[in-house]
Order: sequence, then C-alpha cells, then structure tokens
Amino acid sequence: MGMPISHIMASGMTGMRAAGDLVARMQFDKSMRIGEAKDFVAKKLGVSNADLSDEFVMREIREELDIGVITSVPGCAKGIAAKMNIEKLLGIDINCCDKFREITG
Amino acid sequence: MATEYFLRMGDGQKIFMTKEDIRADIEAGSADAADLGEIPAMSENEMDHMLDIITSPGRIVGVEPGLEVPVTHDIGAIRIDGDQGNSGVGIPASRLVGSMVHERAFGADTMELGHIDYSYKPVKPVISHECQTMEVCQQNMIIPMLYGAMPNMGLYYTPDGPFENPGDLMKAFKISEAQDSIFHAAEHGIRDMTWIMQKLQHVGSDGVNFDTIGAAGDGDMYASLNAIEALRKEFPGIYIEAGMAGELVLGMHGELEYDGTVLAGLWPHQQAPLVAKAGANIFGPVCNTNTSRTSAWNLGRSVTFTKAAVEASPIPCHADMGMGVGGIPMLETPPIDAVTRASKAMVEIAGVDGI
Repeated sequence: MGMPISHIMASGMTGMRAAGDLVARMQFDKSMRIGEAKDFVAKKLGVSNADLSDEFVMREIREELDIGVITSVPGCAKGIAAKMNIEKLLGIDINCCDKFREITG
Repeated sequence: MATEYFLRMGDGQKIFMTKEDIRADIEAGSADAADLGEIPAMSENEMDHMLDIITSPGRIVGVEPGLEVPVTHDIGAIRIDGDQGNSGVGIPASRLVGSMVHERAFGADTMELGHIDYSYKPVKPVISHECQTMEVCQQNMIIPMLYGAMPNMGLYYTPDGPFENPGDLMKAFKISEAQDSIFHAAEHGIRDMTWIMQKLQHVGSDGVNFDTIGAAGDGDMYASLNAIEALRKEFPGIYIEAGMAGELVLGMHGELEYDGTVLAGLWPHQQAPLVAKAGANIFGPVCNTNTSRTSAWNLGRSVTFTKAAVEASPIPCHADMGMGVGGIPMLETPPIDAVTRASKAMVEIAGVDGI
C-alpha cells in the first residue's frame, strides 16, 4: 500500500491535485512522450510545464475550467461531466463520454 | 573509520556500506546489465548521480520540481480490499470506492479495475459483472480508468487448463508437442483477452493494461502482442499499456515470432519497439530484483536496462516499479527510503516517461 503512495510523493504528478491525469491522458491518447505531453497540456491550460505539478496553481484552474477538483465542491462537475469538459479542453474523445452521448441521444 | 551510509539489500534488510563500496556495487550492477543486454553501461556522471541519491541523508528523496511524471497503477482497487496474496490490506470496500480513494485521496494519475484473481482467463465467466462495475466506475471517476489483468498463460495448461503442460512434455523430451501446446494456449489467450476487452470497451472503458507480459515465457508475449494488435485494429482510440514480467523473455517455445522477430531472449530495449509496433501506447520495462544483492547493485542494473529501453522506444515508457522490480526491494512493504530513491533515479537517470 505504501509503495504507490511513495512513488506519487517522490516523482508523481499527483493526479487531480494538479494536472497528472491530463498529462497521463495525453500519453495514452496520443502516445506522447513526457516532454511532449507536458508541453501540450501546459499550452492548453496557459501555464508553464512546472505549473502542471503545482497544486496551488492547478487548484484554481481546475475549478475555473470545471474539469474536476480533488476536494468535494458542491456544484462542480464530477465523473463523466468533468470528463466531457476535459474532452473539450484537450480536443480528444473519451470512450465513456461517447457512450453517454449515444445513450442520451 | 570510514563513514557508512544506510541502504537496503534486495530483500529489504537495512545494511551499512562505505561510499566506495556503494559506488562499486552501482558499477557492477550496471556492468551486468550492459554485458547481458549488449547495451551501454551508465556513464561516470550518471553513477555519481545515483551515488548521491542513495547516500542522500534524508529518509525520503524526490525528483527536482518540474521533473515529475505520471504514475500509472496496476492491480487496481485490490490493493485496498484484497488479501495478502495481492499485497492487499483487507479493507472492506467496493472496487468503485477503492478506485475513488486512489483518485481523491492518494493523488493517482491513472487507475484501473481488476478482477480479484487478476488474470484474464477467470474474467470470462464474470464478464457481465466486470462490465457493470466498469460502467459505474466510469460514471464516477475522472482520471483515466483502464481494465487490468495478467495474460498468465500458465492457467491454460494442465492441471488448470485444457492444454498439456509444456514443462511436463519437455521433461519427457516431447519438444514439438510442448511447442504445439504453447502455441494452442497462446491462440486461446489471444481470443480470450480480445473478447474480454471488446465487452469492456463497449461499456466505456478507457482501455487496458496487460500486466506481467511474458510471465509464462515467449508464448505469453506472443499472445499479448497479437491481442494488442487485434484490439488496436478494432478500437483505434483504446488506451493500451503493456508491462512486462521480467527483463528477459524466456524461450519456453523458442521459435515464436512477432513481426519477423523471435521473441525468446529479448531484452527491454528490444521488447519496446515490438510492443509499439503491435499498437500499445505505453510500454512498461521491467528489471527483476536480486534479493541477494544490495539496492545499489539492483538499481544500477535496473536503471541501465530501463535507460536503454527508453532510448529505443518510440512510445512512452512507464518503468515497472512494484515489489521486486525496478530496483525496489522484494517484499510486500518495501521501505519508503528505498522506493523513493529508486523512483528518483529512474526519472532523473533512466529518463522514464512515467512509473
């Protein structure tokens, strides 16, 4: 149990605390190497690459863009709603969002 | 008396060594990888950097700000509710709750759903349940959420599966029969892994993690590469992570090929281009830990293999750094000092795209 947390603290991008999920998504979606994925996401967010791991910077941006925040803020987009906003931000299609649109017509 | 620094054995035991001895072990581990893989050993500067990381006085170390990388996860929420066999901590929780704990409490960059047996074959009878759980997870999660399991071709051989055990056949000198058994098992593995992911993609899964590819030798890798190829063809947008079981693909069959390359005997830098060719998005290179050697020797060896894979790979490399791989000691509760040192070294020296 402590091992993944140790990795996250030592070298991880800390997921939704900052922008780790967005960088990981571009690595998966477009097979981007780390530098390219960080450049891409930083440009979309209008921040520097170093800001992508900065919780102070990313907290406000995530709330503003409504792409999911780490704490439970009433009214903020969650789950698929947040992922639909991530689709728009990054210009990608996310499979479960496609399925949601299919179902809701 | 020379100053001694604390580090670990490959089994996790704390030991003390002089700087000179630690440096010698780093060099020996790197040389071992270079010799086996016919790849460059670490440079003097890189070995000095690793020495600084290992002898750093703090209990925990971390990468320089700005060098952070995504950390992808295997085993899924079994880490929370599973038993000791999966290094689980036995907290009664649904897999959705376990996944959301990883997302919201641990700061995970990605997550995955996994069956309690964590192999593809046993998922077949419970596929509807897996699909239902994946749907609920996708409705609630925000970080990329894959489905993960082991190809685990061993389950296709007697006494667990329909095909005669190639180990038993080889002991009886029935070599061609053993090769046939491996090939037939691989064909079934391809069919099963593809079918399972077809179902999960239709309910919104982000993709798939093939975890511990090659654990049952080259037949295991043959099946995985062909399943990856089939899934990429059917689902162009699927996220595919392909992580290995060891640094060397064992030649249980010996003659299986993918894209004209014999799979037996491939090292990480040779595995990476094939995995990319099959259609994976992320490759997970592995180097197993030798419990009888120091963490300096293991980290030197592991970083050397991984660095060569990172350089040869056309796709991102997320080094496998669980218990007993990637320079991490081989025990279920690897010491935080050893984990963070290996983590930093893998990012700053091997140049991995993630962990």
